[in-house]
Amino acid sequence: MSNSTSHSTFLAHHFSDAEQQKESAKLGMWVFLLTEVLLFGGLFVFYAIYRSWNPDMFYNAHKFLDINLGAINTVVLITSSVTMALAIRSMQLNKKQNTILLLTATLLLAATFLVIKYFEYSHKIHLGQLPGKFYTFTGVEGTNPHIFFSVYFAMTGLHGIHVVAGMFVIGWVMIRTFKNEFSSEYYTPIEMSGLYWHLVDLIWIFLFPLLYLIG
Amino acid sequence: MLIRLELTTPGTDFMTADTYNQFFTLHGAIMIFLFIIPSIPAILGNLVLPLMLGAKDVAFPRLNLASWYIYIFGAMFALTAIVTGGVDTGWTFYTPYSTESTTSVTTMTMGVFILGFSSIFTGLNFIVTIHKLRMPGMTWFKMPLFVWGLYATAIIQVLATPVIGITVILLILERVAGIGIFDPAMGGDPVLFQHFFWFYSHPAVYIMILPGMGIISEIISTFSHKKIFGYKAIAYSSLGIAFISFLVWGHHMFTSGQSELAAMIFSFLTFFVGIPSGIKVFNWVATMYKGSITFETPMLYALSFLFLFSIGGLTGIFLGALSVDVHLHDTYFVVAHFHYVMMGGTVMAFLGGLHYWWPKIWGRMYSELWAKISVALIFIGFNMTFFTQFILGTKGMPRRYYNYLDQYQPLHGFSSIGAWIVGVGFTIMAVYLIYAIFKGRPAGNNPWGALTNEWETSSPPHPHNFEKQPVLTHGPYDYDKIIAQSTIN
Repeated sequence: MSNSTSHSTFLAHHFSDAEQQKESAKLGMWVFLLTEVLLFGGLFVFYAIYRSWNPDMFYNAHKFLDINLGAINTVVLITSSVTMALAIRSMQLNKKQNTILLLTATLLLAATFLVIKYFEYSHKIHLGQLPGKFYTFTGVEGTNPHIFFSVYFAMTGLHGIHVVAGMFVIGWVMIRTFKNEFSSEYYTPIEMSGLYWHLVDLIWIFLFPLLYLIG
Repeated sequence: MLIRLELTTPGTDFMTADTYNQFFTLHGAIMIFLFIIPSIPAILGNLVLPLMLGAKDVAFPRLNLASWYIYIFGAMFALTAIVTGGVDTGWTFYTPYSTESTTSVTTMTMGVFILGFSSIFTGLNFIVTIHKLRMPGMTWFKMPLFVWGLYATAIIQVLATPVIGITVILLILERVAGIGIFDPAMGGDPVLFQHFFWFYSHPAVYIMILPGMGIISEIISTFSHKKIFGYKAIAYSSLGIAFISFLVWGHHMFTSGQSELAAMIFSFLTFFVGIPSGIKVFNWVATMYKGSITFETPMLYALSFLFLFSIGGLTGIFLGALSVDVHLHDTYFVVAHFHYVMMGGTVMAFLGGLHYWWPKIWGRMYSELWAKISVALIFIGFNMTFFTQFILGTKGMPRRYYNYLDQYQPLHGFSSIGAWIVGVGFTIMAVYLIYAIFKGRPAGNNPWGALTNEWETSSPPHPHNFEKQPVLTHGPYDYDKIIAQSTIN
């Protein structure tokens, strides 16, 4: 990268050049993603412990999740990761219109994911397959089946919050793209949002088999 | 203060048992989450780190400001919890009591969760700053040791804090939605909470102490006017402590129910973490050996640190031993050990750092005489308060009781007097430090004749820290090669 950018509008005063600024942002983002992994790590530990204590109950309870909806959602999220990556690529090539289009597609796919999730949740709420003390369903064999639904709602719930947060971030970089703040010289925020979005996607790729495909 | 006042004599003096419970929770939670964890990194680190590295600012100044606002927001949550009825679980929020207590545990733990973000952002900022914003010429092994301390701290902050985040979320879910994971009646396990909790909270102890150790390294080298002994050993031992700190959480749970094998491994690892701490202490002593030591206030704090931390550290070994721990668990011995490490260690280091960098921050000197009086009062009062508690602990006084048998009265009384002496010392300090901001003598750029980079710029520093991009010309402790003149004598 050239050093002629020292007076560009995007370069913060305390960095000596754009390269240093970009590298810092990247490192910071990766460290942040690491903290996200650890946050979910707590829930994965929680899952592992209770599954190892109640393997049969987990097997019986997972049959009440809808594999088809889960699989569709997996495809939806993976596709949204692809559109996100393509959006970054378009900005590298200075194609602003394309970038906005692809970011819109990403947002729509994220919304689709949430809508499908909403149908899954409302179905479970209707049947009383709820966490902990709200659990009223009687069809699962094995001890303490509410634990499975505690795990299910805690993990997918936290993930859902991340999807919503990701949508805000993508919307924000979309507005900035619209205002011509990015170019092939500077598109770090889009790239960082992309990293975050891939992580959200990746966590779902772990959640899907762990919750829907036990057996 | 009020806690000690209640304990001066046995019986209910002016606090009921419930009030007392809320008071010690308040003291623990506020001191740990609102003061000791953020004190050194946030107050001194943010200022000194970029100066030491020769950078204009930390890597993400806006994130830094955000973490300050988040801190205030989280603190407001915690204070709300106190105003709306207090919390009576102790700062550890152990289940099952914390899920049943009718006090404001949810608000309080929300506060802890939000404060966690603040902590993570600070750590993240430091890691990136240290990796990317060192000035030309500053290689990893030319960084001042305070920077190494902050680096190790930042790693722990980033790796451990998310775990407490998810822990308190689960605790809140348990209270609000009754998800049952910590409730044995619903197939859950309350001990799991302790595992989660200590997986964060033991490393958090090192979040508190590591930056303090970094400050001590700076002060001892400066006032011994000698190159620090074993630079690399001190730097690596910081990382060593950070690493091992993740593997010792089980020593808080010897009596909570875990397998004997697990307890033995945790006990061994606990002894093991003493090694890097010991390396540091010996290196500091070796630095002072044959140095030309001068006893300005920061040095007195550093020496207090050495003395008190050694006691705190050694008693930690007692507690790490399985058989001894069963006797001492949850007694005043633990309280005393903790205060020796935290107050005798971290707070002394913080005060040392505050006195060391005060002239840099404000450009003015404080009264050396009053500063020395206040060090003396704090040191004496501290030992009166907490050494006594070691004795109380071995005699079997349990922690967190508002009342006790008559036989403990003389020692409790003595301990309370000590606490008031410490209080007087702190009051004097507040007065002369504030006085110095307005009326102190000008300090000059380098009042101590130190060689680290923050003393190269003006006091107080330029808004961009340096007039122009600094370049490193010498190592941080090259006292054998260069003699820096003190600017106040």
